[in-house]
Amino acid sequence: MPKVIVVTSGKGGVGKTTTSASFSSGLALRGNKTVVIDFDVGLRNLDLIMGCERRVVYDIINVINGEISLKQALIKDKNCDNLYILPASQTRDKDALNLEGVERILNELKESFDCIVCDSPAGIESGAFMAMYFADEALVVTNPEVSSVRDSDRILGILAAKSKRAVDGLEPVKEHLLVTRYAPDRVEAGEMLSVTDIQEILRIPLLGVIPESETILQASNSGTPAIHLEKSDVAEAYKDVVARFMGEEVPMRFITPEKKSFFKRLLGGL
Amino acid sequence: MSMISGLLEYLRGNEKKTASIAKERLQIILAHERAGRGASTPDYMPALREELLAVIAKYIHVDRDLIKVQLEKHGEYDVLEVNITLPESIRN
Repeated sequence: MPKVIVVTSGKGGVGKTTTSASFSSGLALRGNKTVVIDFDVGLRNLDLIMGCERRVVYDIINVINGEISLKQALIKDKNCDNLYILPASQTRDKDALNLEGVERILNELKESFDCIVCDSPAGIESGAFMAMYFADEALVVTNPEVSSVRDSDRILGILAAKSKRAVDGLEPVKEHLLVTRYAPDRVEAGEMLSVTDIQEILRIPLLGVIPESETILQASNSGTPAIHLEKSDVAEAYKDVVARFMGEEVPMRFITPEKKSFFKRLLGGL
Repeated sequence: MSMISGLLEYLRGNEKKTASIAKERLQIILAHERAGRGASTPDYMPALREELLAVIAKYIHVDRDLIKVQLEKHGEYDVLEVNITLPESIRN
């Protein structure tokens, strides 16, 4: 059964697009035929993060309006064989999306893909609603910070009440918590909400923790999803996330402070 | 907290950490926001509250702020809780 997975958060700037890029790449690396859709009409950025911005010719709105076929709008990813990108329109406004059009596209994609990842825009307006409405599962991206946690809770409420699964009375959308920008040393110092705190407040299963890292900026600078940056914490963390999503039992990493070596401590103390 | 223990705490640098303040604040605001969401508050609640207040006001003179009407979930049951704090003068 093909799965529709929404990457959502409510709040902006918490790592939805970064996560969509790495998560969809990770799914594809494991052999799933995957497509990732940018729902942020008017403010598209997934193309930049995936490094395919110069290959965008058509977008999701062209497909919805029936101007071209879905196949013509799909861009093949440069890093993964099994991955395609459906970009958002940069020039139209967000009202160009509609539920019927989105449903038609998703149904057509389900014929040839295993995983359909929907990168939601921030907020709770129509774009975010369209991205989540047809979801089977949801990755709720949350920073260890009060406004992000509150907005995630709001999004969880909307998923539970207004998604298609909720409206049709089907089994509810399966929710996963993904904590990003996590700094274990600050948690230990009592300056940052811990994963346990966030989980206790939001009450949904934890899929993974992505540490705060300079790698993210390097990845976006170069247009390469962070999961491809070998040997980085972030790449490892995203690979764990994908493995857990596929049902593997992988222990949580990057949730305790790194042990500092004697020299580092000495230098740090200066 | 006595002054001495307060002073000790201050010296030890044991003042409340911001992470636990954050957690407490979130738990309070989210409990409130969740209560006002979805099926947990039927749309007749505000009207019910107003009518209850009107009936009570006919017999007892109480401050409106001291009457709390809320619907809570206790396991399988929904409990309608009406909490009225009577003024001192009536209690005697």
